[in-house]
Amino acid sequence: MEPGFYADSEYREINGGVILADYRMELTEEEKKILDGSGGETLRKALESVVRYGEVFGAQRLADVKQPVHLVTSFGIPILKPVFSLMQELIEAGLKTDYPFTVDPRPVDYKNVKCSPIEKIVFSKVMYGKQAEYEKQLKAVGLKSEKAFTCACYLDEVGNVPSEGSVIAWAESSAVVYANSVLGARTNRNSGVLELLSGITGKTPVFGFLTDEGRKAHWLIDIKTSKIPEAQILGSAIGMKVIEEVPYIKGLDKFLGKELNADAKDYFKDMGAASASNGAVGLFHVENLTPEAAKEGDSLLRDDYKTYVIDDAELERIKAGYPVMWKNKDAKAERCFIGCPHLSYNQIKKWTANIEAGLKASGLSQVGVKTIMTSAPEVVEKLEADTVLHKRLLATGVKISSICPLMYMNNPLCSKKPIITNSNKLRTYTTCRYMTDDEIIETITMKE
Amino acid sequence: MEFNGRVILEGDLKGQAIVSKQGFNILASCQKSVMANKKEVICADQNNAELYNKNITGKVLCLPKTIGSTTGGMVLQTVAEMGSAPAAMLFSEEIDSLAVSGVLLADIWNGHRIITVDKLGEDFLESVKDGMEIEIQKDGTIILEESK
Repeated sequence: MEPGFYADSEYREINGGVILADYRMELTEEEKKILDGSGGETLRKALESVVRYGEVFGAQRLADVKQPVHLVTSFGIPILKPVFSLMQELIEAGLKTDYPFTVDPRPVDYKNVKCSPIEKIVFSKVMYGKQAEYEKQLKAVGLKSEKAFTCACYLDEVGNVPSEGSVIAWAESSAVVYANSVLGARTNRNSGVLELLSGITGKTPVFGFLTDEGRKAHWLIDIKTSKIPEAQILGSAIGMKVIEEVPYIKGLDKFLGKELNADAKDYFKDMGAASASNGAVGLFHVENLTPEAAKEGDSLLRDDYKTYVIDDAELERIKAGYPVMWKNKDAKAERCFIGCPHLSYNQIKKWTANIEAGLKASGLSQVGVKTIMTSAPEVVEKLEADTVLHKRLLATGVKISSICPLMYMNNPLCSKKPIITNSNKLRTYTTCRYMTDDEIIETITMKE
Repeated sequence: MEFNGRVILEGDLKGQAIVSKQGFNILASCQKSVMANKKEVICADQNNAELYNKNITGKVLCLPKTIGSTTGGMVLQTVAEMGSAPAAMLFSEEIDSLAVSGVLLADIWNGHRIITVDKLGEDFLESVKDGMEIEIQKDGTIILEESK
């Protein structure tokens, strides 16, 4: 049995409070001073949180974080009192991140995602009643800008793009898995609040995905499908099977080619988000495509790796297992969300063309289901500047927004509505019904 | 039956077990109750047939580890502050980064302790059943009622 972290003997009095006496990690003199309270009680607690977190996983030291963090907590939900009080404590201590950070999307967008008057009151006065106040707190502790609200902070237009091999400390499960897998950066699956404390202290513990050994694959995922798997179902299948372990995926290059181009990145963005929400995947390798797999090949597999074969029948089985959470399972869809995680510019172009084709086939001029595409504020700006594409999209009847559909859905009013999505993450956390991309096109462009 | 694990946050407790043999999705399980400001957390995770619609507040939650959104730690910190968290969390595997963040943030910043023990092993999760009385000792010893 290993000793407890908080055994009585490990406490000692300091600065009028009680702290843990001994850290197992090798700490620099500066870090020790902070933990002794020389930088104030709030900074001490911030670093203690980071150190204790690392010690649980056997981290031997802290690494410097020299790139912006990405925060998962973007919503001013009044009930999240511990978050507001912690933020206030940081502000009162004069603490902020060295590098301006990005944060997940805002939970409401009254302009593009229309609400009933009752919903608006519920959102602005009850659910997200502290939104404005919380955004002020975010600015005070280092938020990059008003436009920094997106889950896809790694898109070029947004610019929080860590370089390959760099140490970062992000939360937001879909961003973590993208940064590790597609960009080759190194971050653990940090929890909300912990990632901010890493940004404040400029430190993150070295364990897990920050180490070479922690990035090795436990699973060989052998893709044996007859056509390219739906990214959102493939990610779901992988997540449910491997949970938090690292998969090495073989056989996707047959469909995606061997270049990590915009299409492949988009595919991995959606696949990764599904694997992170249906399981807890923080890193995947794809043979011949993702940076580490392209260089190291199947030497990334651990000696004792397990194998999971995915064929057409397995994907069908996974999809058939998704429960329909609507009260009336045969209801007509009232709304459709496309873009969880936020769409890339490349994806907006493709969806626009596919919806146009669907409308042409059905003889309709506009979609029959209120449809909202979601993307980062800076991607939406780029779209608006591209007047041709923007007009084409709006002509289909589809709206574009930078809302977080997941947060929008998380209330008793919206959860009763029959809403469809192509996002497996949104399906997992809300009552939205999942459909494949083709099914979405068919449904929203179908004649009554 | 007795098991030994690693103490993450120590404490003595006798409580009732609630068991998830699959990964426990903190956000999916707790968000509905948190958003509605409920005093108790009724699991709302549609992917977790074992726990769906069950009350986890004040129970000894036995699980392999937690999964899902990285809001998990913050959500756990919040339910601890609201008084609707499990009284203890017993992990058969090594605790994951979200769960440990949640229990540490609640402990360090808010003074709310969720007794936490990990690495209890697969046999523990196979042996423990919903409703069993569990005794947790400070040193990480876990005693299931059938062994008394």
